[in-house]
Amino acid sequence: MTEVSEAAPSAAVEQLIDPGYLAQLRVQMLKFAQIQLGDPYQAEDAVQEALIGALKNAGSFARKSALKTWVFSILKFKIADIFREQKKLIATSAQEEDSDEAAFSGLLFKDNGHWHKSQRPTAWEGPQGGAYSADFWRVFDACLNGLPEQQARVFMLREFIELESDEICNRLNLTTSNLHVTLYRARLRLRQCLESSWFASESAEQIAGEIGL
Amino acid sequence: MMNCKQATRICSESLERPLKTAENLELKVHLAICSGCRNFNRQMQTLRNLARDYAKESGEEGGIKDARET
Ligand SMILES: [Zn+2]
Repeated sequence: MTEVSEAAPSAAVEQLIDPGYLAQLRVQMLKFAQIQLGDPYQAEDAVQEALIGALKNAGSFARKSALKTWVFSILKFKIADIFREQKKLIATSAQEEDSDEAAFSGLLFKDNGHWHKSQRPTAWEGPQGGAYSADFWRVFDACLNGLPEQQARVFMLREFIELESDEICNRLNLTTSNLHVTLYRARLRLRQCLESSWFASESAEQIAGEIGL
Repeated sequence: MMNCKQATRICSESLERPLKTAENLELKVHLAICSGCRNFNRQMQTLRNLARDYAKESGEEGGIKDARET
């Protein structure tokens, strides 16, 4: 592991260090890792590493659920690493990822690269700079959790931790264009998820209102 | 002529780097005629703001208080 952040401990760091919260989080993580890996020792290692990794950036979080999402995204990444090592599937998984992305892109865009009519983004109505409801944040959380690991990780490093592109590239050993593609894919999925799970229901009502239904 | 797939990619990149003059011009032309991509472009900034709020805003699940100054 590399250096631990020297920033002053924030509420989130204290929360994570708080023995009660840490113990509770660890149990949830272990359960998750064991189901995925099926090996208690490997699960223990993955959880340990994920917690150490998470502590480095815990200062960026004040919201408990955001911190937890972040910790779990690191854990998922560790688990994916373990799978890759076990099965030596690096090449295959990169291919699978590409074909997943091609499939997703095919859902959104026609062959000529223009939006399918049903997928065309709508105007999001919502509080600008105001508070969204707890329900909204739950949807947001679920959408984040639905991202492929690498996309979630890169998106969170960029938008939660607010690291600059160069730093993310260095940390994850990515080229700038890799980073940009990954961020694009993450944003494409997230906005699609938010629109269909949250904003669409509102705008459907508005449209219904406008055409007099 | 830029299609929506290309335009959305450039919208996302504009959050990461300054666009080249030609890219910027092509994007503007596309956005002028495509409401889907216009909405997409606005959503990119909203998504960034949402992600930052999600990470930063304090409060327990269920009660989100405004804590932007911290
Ligand atoms: Zn378009």
